[in-house]
Amino acid sequence: MTPSTKKNPIDLLFAVLTAVSSLSIILLIAGILVVLVFESSLAIHKFGVFKFIFTIDWDPVRKIFGAASTLYGTMVTTVLSMLIAIPVAVGIAVFITEIAPDFLKGPIGVTIELLAAIPSIIYGMWGLFTLAPIMANYIEPALQATLGKLPLFSILFKGTPMGIDLLTASVILSIMIIPFTASISRDAFNLTPEVVKESAYALGATKWEVVKNVVIPYSKLGVFGGCVLSMGRAIGETMAVAFVLGNNHQITSSLLNAAATITVSLANEFTEADSDIYLSSLFYLALVLFVLSFITLFIAKLFLIRAERKYSR
Amino acid sequence: MTDNIALEIKGLNFYYSGDSLALKNINLTIYEKSVTALIGPSGCGKTTLLRCFNRMHDLYPKHRYEGEILLKGHDLLANGMDLIGLRSRIGMVFQKPTPFPMSIFDNIAYGLKLKGIRKKSELEQRVESALKHAALWDEVKDKLAHSAYDLSGGQQQRLVIARALAVEPEILLFDEPTSALDPISTTKIEELVTLLKNDITIIIVTHNMQQAARISDWTGFLMLGELIEFDATEKIFTSPSKKLTEDYVTGRFG
Repeated sequence: MTPSTKKNPIDLLFAVLTAVSSLSIILLIAGILVVLVFESSLAIHKFGVFKFIFTIDWDPVRKIFGAASTLYGTMVTTVLSMLIAIPVAVGIAVFITEIAPDFLKGPIGVTIELLAAIPSIIYGMWGLFTLAPIMANYIEPALQATLGKLPLFSILFKGTPMGIDLLTASVILSIMIIPFTASISRDAFNLTPEVVKESAYALGATKWEVVKNVVIPYSKLGVFGGCVLSMGRAIGETMAVAFVLGNNHQITSSLLNAAATITVSLANEFTEADSDIYLSSLFYLALVLFVLSFITLFIAKLFLIRAERKYSR
Repeated sequence: MTDNIALEIKGLNFYYSGDSLALKNINLTIYEKSVTALIGPSGCGKTTLLRCFNRMHDLYPKHRYEGEILLKGHDLLANGMDLIGLRSRIGMVFQKPTPFPMSIFDNIAYGLKLKGIRKKSELEQRVESALKHAALWDEVKDKLAHSAYDLSGGQQQRLVIARALAVEPEILLFDEPTSALDPISTTKIEELVTLLKNDITIIIVTHNMQQAARISDWTGFLMLGELIEFDATEKIFTSPSKKLTEDYVTGRFG
């Protein structure tokens, strides 16, 4: 504290109030962590760390619980949705920052922000009633008829297309994270100084060459950080996925099968948890999710801070 | 006499967005293998004029050129002018060093790659010769793979000059190239400019009148978008024909 705050009682009060608000956040996170660990202690004792993470079974009847199948579902939907979302989002960001005429920049920017404002349950409903039938009737059969015929890809597209599966969930997730990724990428692209772009143009570069060789390399740390933040959202997203994933605890190579993610299991199963160990395992699952999200966000922050330091000159 | 003319500017008017007239009826001849300095108070249009020569204004909407700028007899303001080709014939160096986010080698090779040169041996040879040309080779030859951001500001500016030289332009435009540099780096750049005019034509915008007097052969004095006087540098700084020029070069305003 600076000397002046000690002298002035109002400044002191102000300092204490702001400090309490800030510290309460840390206490809150610590509190959540403590509750998660406490509630899951039964499951931690019974299954341990590695055994829990690598056990595929999730069997309330035999009381054997493992996180592997839901972790798998979370990872597959996250990775797949990122694969779909990142190229589209970066494309949107390039269009907004470098290509679109001024009168289009505003409307597109606002639309993307609106897309981000839609509650996730609405995406879930739309996914169940509109996207899932489209996926089942058109897109998935088409994928089976094309990519499914290739030797390596065929295992990804086995089974009957139902529309309630890993693929549909990933598509919904990607639509949800595109706006966020696009707006972070746009901000990162805008960090590229005009004069650096001009000097590439002055060497005879085309617009595409400037974007490819200057703008994207210049902002890649920022874009990467944005992608990891989006990944955090994809990992934690529940409602949109719950509608179209089917909550089936299994590890399946085919993207056309139902599966479960950590969040979907948590949302669906607390009311069904009829034994202490079942309940405790759900809390354990939540703890795994907490740690996973925490690590993801930590990595993203690290990259964003590095990006700012490198180019804030 | 027309053989040694690099650029001929005839009746050039330039408008920024809509109708704001930034350059009024500029008539000017730039001679080959010489250094031409453009001086004048802030906002006089010297940078605007410089950016007409490589059509940099075309990156932004709503600008308008009138008149002609003849490059080897062809009007570079003509519709359908190949801007990519033009910019590899007329290079530009900016106020602040603008290295690209890549290695020192790749920075220099960038313009060459844009021209379609892919052969490694040719790239290496031309990168080396550009760096030597820009008097940077000895300082960077052992760290060509390092990021260009590792260099000092003055080195970065010489890197940028080498990058522009690598594509072998006929004309090199300098937009206040030393205004962000320390005195020692400034001296190095000035020496370099004097050396370079053996091979290419140089047009330099500068705030620094001593710099114009030191390194240029020809000087144009602009004010409020008009070319007040253009003559041999010695004449401009010793016995200018216009009162306005005399007032400016003697530091009475500006």
